[in-house]
Amino acid sequence: MTAKPANPLATITGPPPSGPSIIAALKDAKVGIVLSVPDIVTSAGLLFPIAGDDGFRLIRVCKEDEAVGISAGLSYSAERAILLIQYTGLLDSINAVRAVAVGYKMPIVFMVGLLEKEPGVPPRQSALYGIRIVEPILEAMGIEHHLIETQADVVRICPAIEAAYSLSRPTVLLIGQRPLES
Amino acid sequence: MMKRDQCFRVLASHCPDDVVVAVYSSAFDWVRIRPHALNYFAVGAMGLASSHALGLALGQPGRRIIVLDGDGSLLMNLGSLVTVAAIAPRNFYHFVCENGTYEANGAHPIPARDKVDFRGLARAAGYPNVHRFDELGSFGRDIAGVLAEPGPVFVDLKLVPGESAPADYDSLYAASRRDAFRQALGLAR
Repeated sequence: MTAKPANPLATITGPPPSGPSIIAALKDAKVGIVLSVPDIVTSAGLLFPIAGDDGFRLIRVCKEDEAVGISAGLSYSAERAILLIQYTGLLDSINAVRAVAVGYKMPIVFMVGLLEKEPGVPPRQSALYGIRIVEPILEAMGIEHHLIETQADVVRICPAIEAAYSLSRPTVLLIGQRPLES
Repeated sequence: MMKRDQCFRVLASHCPDDVVVAVYSSAFDWVRIRPHALNYFAVGAMGLASSHALGLALGQPGRRIIVLDGDGSLLMNLGSLVTVAAIAPRNFYHFVCENGTYEANGAHPIPARDKVDFRGLARAAGYPNVHRFDELGSFGRDIAGVLAEPGPVFVDLKLVPGESAPADYDSLYAASRRDAFRQALGLAR
């Protein structure tokens, strides 16, 4: 049996992020509500543990743009929320993101699984068209975004969420590979 | 059929200080009939009124949240009926202003306007309390009781335009309204 050759485009090195550390970062950022449409990238490492964690209220929505509206309404309270979705759902929600999150300068935070992105490969260099276009779209819309590809990136989550709320702006956290379950 | 402005005058007399999320033609009529800082109009993406309202209901559990949705708007976000029913906020009152058209976009008919049963959709989604009104007298008699029911409550209002207010989107969506709304809720910026 031969080892699978390394992807020459995999320039990001380091272990995958751990789910518990991401969940701890969400708690540090005082996130209490998670709005979700399931995504296989974040299913085992984030969504299942969050579903069983009394520290969160999990709201399962039917479609991702619903969650944009719910999060906007929640922003008129002390509650902090994130949307835990797949990038396909983010793309499907672009008009709501434009009108509500960007247009009204709302603190709406997205945690987005990049389905089938190659581990270690920067999203713009992915072989997958859908993955390649995500960051350019966010930049065209003027939306703050961060790639959470390795464990070293997890420290960026809490400050990004704090900034989203203190500056009242949308922020997207792109989950580049499946978070580990432990 | 009820005239929308007449129906809203009756409704406004029963919710002087509630949060009201209204869309498009209903919003223009509502803001003229009940000008108030607790009117919420941040609904620039069509169909999301009930979702904004669900977030408000969750974040403001001590206040009654009233949605004046459109029939065309709700058709764009039918899944929200299921989401609302699942969460079942007791302070959530979902009115659908059914006029059978996309009134703000040229009054073209909604799909299946002679077939679709909004009250039935809400009931099937899991709303425990659903109502329909097409006559102002019965609406006036029953609305206090409807608003006293625990949410989520769904009310299908069969309407035609009455004396319609002018469509001033700039005023409706002004940032100053959102600031006033936040202030009325006692929130710091």
